[in-house]
Amino acid sequence: MAGYVKRSRQTNGHTASKGGTEESPFFKWLLITVALLFSILFLLLPLVNVFAQALSKGWQAYWTALSEPDAWAAIKLTLLVAAITVPLNVVFGLAAAWAIAKFDFRGKSLLNTLIDLPFSVSPVVAGLMYVLLFGLQGYFGRWLADHEIKIIFAVPGIVIATIFITFPFVARELIPVMQATRSEQEQAALTLGATGWQTFWRVTLPSVKWGLLYGIILCNARAMGEFGAVSVVSGHITGQTDTMPLRIEKLYQEYNAAAAFAIASLLALLALLTLGIKTFLEWKQERDYERAQRAAESYEDSTAPTSREPEITAVRSQP
Amino acid sequence: MAAQRFRVLPGFGLTMGFTLFYLSAIVIIPIAALFLKSFQLSWADFWRVVTTDRAMAAYKLTFGASLIAALINAIFGTILAWVLVRYTFPGKKFIDALVDFPFALPTAVAGLTLSNLFAGNGWLGQFLVPLGIKGAFTPLGVIIALTFVGMPFAVRTLQPVLENLDRGVEEVAATLGAGRLRTFVKIIAPTLLPTIITGFALSFARAVGEYGSIVFISGNKPFQTEIAPYLIVFRLEEYDYLGATAIAAVLLVISFVILAVINYLESWAGRYQR
Repeated sequence: MAGYVKRSRQTNGHTASKGGTEESPFFKWLLITVALLFSILFLLLPLVNVFAQALSKGWQAYWTALSEPDAWAAIKLTLLVAAITVPLNVVFGLAAAWAIAKFDFRGKSLLNTLIDLPFSVSPVVAGLMYVLLFGLQGYFGRWLADHEIKIIFAVPGIVIATIFITFPFVARELIPVMQATRSEQEQAALTLGATGWQTFWRVTLPSVKWGLLYGIILCNARAMGEFGAVSVVSGHITGQTDTMPLRIEKLYQEYNAAAAFAIASLLALLALLTLGIKTFLEWKQERDYERAQRAAESYEDSTAPTSREPEITAVRSQP
Repeated sequence: MAAQRFRVLPGFGLTMGFTLFYLSAIVIIPIAALFLKSFQLSWADFWRVVTTDRAMAAYKLTFGASLIAALINAIFGTILAWVLVRYTFPGKKFIDALVDFPFALPTAVAGLTLSNLFAGNGWLGQFLVPLGIKGAFTPLGVIIALTFVGMPFAVRTLQPVLENLDRGVEEVAATLGAGRLRTFVKIIAPTLLPTIITGFALSFARAVGEYGSIVFISGNKPFQTEIAPYLIVFRLEEYDYLGATAIAAVLLVISFVILAVINYLESWAGRYQR
């Protein structure tokens, strides 16, 4: 829910003529002006401002702010957290998508809802849940302290909280894609003597790779940028448990705006990169879909009309 | 058709087992722990903790600001989606790609840049503050930040529905003599309304849980600009675990209710599309 937004494929099936269904030019341009003003105010200005403020004291100050040891430690921690979180959620996403898309069982819709649940939990509440489990006062706190395992106010807590926040991204992306690629190819591979793993690596994975990549970049962007949940479990130890977003907050509270914006500019670049890859994948998906549709049309012409239209790509339009 | 077809494939036990294990460890057990902890309070104590004046002020701001932000998004998001689908104008592709920007941008960065924009010496603040419009460290700032984070949900929910809208119906209305306004009110609006409401609900849900951007822009003053998630953090910092848990339980229950409403809305909107 409060998760990700996805641009769905455009399916302009019909190209209707526009006679009688156009607004007057005045009204049309009024709407465009309103939309543009709204986008400039809420999209463009915040974006440009990040870079303008980051460089407000010149390139020299910018590099100094980024190469400072505490900033560098925050960058490394953020990369580490993403490097652990994303692969774990990829494994989960692949397992969940395989089970949900390829098999029928009771309680499937409940399982789907549960997978989406982290989207609707406030990040702060998510962080609190792990404090209640692993903190000193928590249910496992005493046991962990006896065994000298530190989770809360340490890196493992940050990783676990980030896993929760990014939990649904890969699974949510893969399930519709795997559901749409029909199982005939896997069955053919199995019949021809491939093992289950061979089938998975050589048949299933290649057919869902773009959807998987889509899920990974969204998961990664959120993992690197998560603030609320991480803030609750991190303990804010400078140089040790400060991720990039937490470092930004600390600098902001110390009235060091330029340095805060310098780190923020890196995260803004990450967001732009994510958007770029996302746009590319959607364009590719659309093209593949059109190709598949054309192929299906010619296939349907030559065979019995019972064959279903292939829906090879995700068509979810909303989180 | 699915039942026999899928039986051939292996790996159900392995993938299902791992899915359930991971889901339990990361999601179900922690949520259960939170509710379990809140049961340590007697009902009377629980009620007292979650209805203090300070907590009530925080709920009011959280839900009031989320509601206003979701309304702004429903109105301007609809206009933006309409313009992006129906018209061509310079920069359209760029704006279309940029709609996802609030979603891709970490919330801390969003809060930082928005509070800077609207502060007295910021790009927008230098014009707005003399006019009495203070966008930083006020409830207005909370609304601005929540509008920012919720906007992609309103636009992206409506866009595909608009793209698939049958223009033939509009042509029929036009041929039968309906003016453009009448066609919009009688034909287009009723078709889009369920989806607009779904987008509204999604952006509302996103706003209710939001924390990162608000911390930067609101100033977090108790009774004035303090949102409910911030109050949880505040209670935690004074080691009042039960107080924090009780408020968190309230927020969690409310977000489950919103989730159920959204699921219902989506099936309702889906029915209208067919």
